[in-house]
Amino acid sequence: MKHYVIIGNGVAAAGCIEGIRSVDTESSITVISAEQHPVYCRPLISYYLEQKTDPERMNYRTPTFYADHGVTVLYGKTAEKIDAGTRQVTLNTGETLPFDALCNATGSAPFVPPMKGLETVREQFTFMTLDDALSLEKAVTPESKVLIIGAGLIGLKCAEGLHDRVREITVCDLAPRVLSSILDETCAAMMQKHLEANGIEFLLGNSAKEFKGNTAIMQNGDKVDFDVLVLAVGVRPNTALIKNAGGDVNRGIRVDAACRTSLPEIYAAGDCTEYRDISADTDKIMALMPNAYMQGHTAGVNMAGGEAVFDQAIPMNSIGFFGLHCHTAGSQPEGCEMYEEADEKHIKRLFVKDDKLTGFMLIGHMHRTGIYTALIRNQTPLSTVDFARLKLEPQLAAMGSAYRSKVLKGVV
Amino acid sequence: MKRIYVKEEWCLGCHLCEYNCAFANSGLTDMVKALRDKPIYPRIQVETDENGVTYAVSCRHCTDPICVKSCIAGALSKKDGVIEIDHSKCVGCLTCVLVCPYGAVVEDGSGVAQKCELCMKNSCGAPACVKGCPNGAIVYEERQAVPASD
Repeated sequence: MKHYVIIGNGVAAAGCIEGIRSVDTESSITVISAEQHPVYCRPLISYYLEQKTDPERMNYRTPTFYADHGVTVLYGKTAEKIDAGTRQVTLNTGETLPFDALCNATGSAPFVPPMKGLETVREQFTFMTLDDALSLEKAVTPESKVLIIGAGLIGLKCAEGLHDRVREITVCDLAPRVLSSILDETCAAMMQKHLEANGIEFLLGNSAKEFKGNTAIMQNGDKVDFDVLVLAVGVRPNTALIKNAGGDVNRGIRVDAACRTSLPEIYAAGDCTEYRDISADTDKIMALMPNAYMQGHTAGVNMAGGEAVFDQAIPMNSIGFFGLHCHTAGSQPEGCEMYEEADEKHIKRLFVKDDKLTGFMLIGHMHRTGIYTALIRNQTPLSTVDFARLKLEPQLAAMGSAYRSKVLKGVV
Repeated sequence: MKRIYVKEEWCLGCHLCEYNCAFANSGLTDMVKALRDKPIYPRIQVETDENGVTYAVSCRHCTDPICVKSCIAGALSKKDGVIEIDHSKCVGCLTCVLVCPYGAVVEDGSGVAQKCELCMKNSCGAPACVKGCPNGAIVYEERQAVPASD
C-alpha cells in the first residue's frame, strides 16, 4: 500500500487520479485543494457568465468521483513545502503528509504587472477561477462600462461572457493584434473585425499605464473611464514548491515525457509545467486543458508503477467568439511554407516544413480538423499521404488505403 | 464490444447512411418532416478516395479516446466502451473536433458537438446506418484484433 499525494485539484489532478487508478486500485490518494470546489471546468467560467452553463454542470466529473476513486480531498488547504528527501509535504495548517509518489499539479496564477495607481481601482478582477467569475458577476450591472486589460484568450472570452450583461466593453493590449499568442496578423484581423461587429471596442498597441480610481490613463495619453476592470494580461506557472524543493525549474517546472520532474518520485502536470512541443522541437509552457489531463494521466500511471509517456504534445486551441470559430495547432517554424485559402468569412492556413505539417490556423469552417491535428501529432511524412487532397478538405481518403483499413476495419 | 465497421467493397456511395443517421437522431417520427428541405448534420460521413472507392466514417469508439481526454467541459465520457456526449454539459467549444484523428466528431448545426453513439440514446436502439444500408456495407459486430483486410 502506497501513499500518493496530488497538490492541486484541477483537471491535471483528475487525470492523475484516473491514471493512478488504472494501475493501482488499492493505495491511498490524497488531493490538496486550495479551492473549495470539486474539480470543475475552468475554461467554462466565461460560458457561465454567458449563462450557457452553471456551477453544477461545470463539474468536470460526477458528484461521486472522489469516493468512487478512493480519494481524500483536503479542501481549503495549501501545500507550503515539499521535502524531497524525507518525502513529505507540509501544509499551511502545519500537518505533514508522507508520500511515496507525488504529483505537483499547482496550475498557474494570473500575472498582474505593476501598474501605478492600481490600488485605487475598487472593482478589479482577475479571470481565472469560478470564484473570480462569481465575484465579477456580482460587480457588473447592465449599465457597467468594463475595461479588460489583455486581448488574449482569457480577456476575449471574458468579453464575450460579459457582452449581454453590461453596457460597454473595451479591451486593450500592448500587442498590436488580438489573440497574439495563437493567431498571425491576418487571422487576428478577421477575428478582431468580428468582435468589433459584435460591439467589443479595442485599443491595441496600447495599454493602461496608470489608474486614478475609475479612469485608466493609457500609454498614448488617452483616458478611458470604466466601472469594472478585468486584468487578463497573462498567467504564470505556480512553480515555487518544486523550485524550493530543489527541482529543475525554468519558466515552468521542467518535466519529461513521463511527466517526471528532476526530483525522484515527484511528478508534475498541467499549467505549471514546461515540456516538449514536438511541432517546434522546443520546450515551452503550453497551458492547455487537454494537455493538462493527458500529462496528469501519464504522471498517475507512472506514479503507480505503470509505464506511460505523453510524447505528442503540441499547442492547440479551439476557440470561438459570437459564432465565429477558430482552430489552431502546432507552430510556424522559420522557413516553413504556407498554403492558404481565404475569403471574407473563412481562412485556412497550413504550415509545412521538411515534409511535415507543423501547424495550422483555421477560421470559420471547423469540419474534421482533427485529421490535420493528427498529421502534426504523428509527424506524418506528407510524401506518404495525398496532401494535395488534404489541403482542400481533411479526409481519411487522402491517408492511404492501409491506414484506412486499420482505422475502419479494426479496433483502434 | 460491438462497433461499426465498413466493408468498402460493398459501399455504393449512396449516402443513405447519412440520411438514416440524421433521421434517427432528429427525435422525429416522420422522415420527410425530419429531413425535407433542410441541411443534414449526420454523425457518419461518406468519403470517396482517388479510385472512386466509397466508405462511411463514424466514431471508432477508440480504446484510448483523445476526445474524452481533451473535452474541456467534461461532457464526453466512455461508458461500457461507448463514447457518449452529454449535451447538457457541452458548450460547443469544439475541442473534440480539433483532436479527433478520424474526423468523426462534428458540429451539429447549432454550434455544439455531436458524434455517433451507436444509436444507444435514440429510439433505434441499434445503429440506423447499419440497419438501413442497402448493400450490407456497414456492419455492427465484435472484432478483437486489427485484421489486414476483410
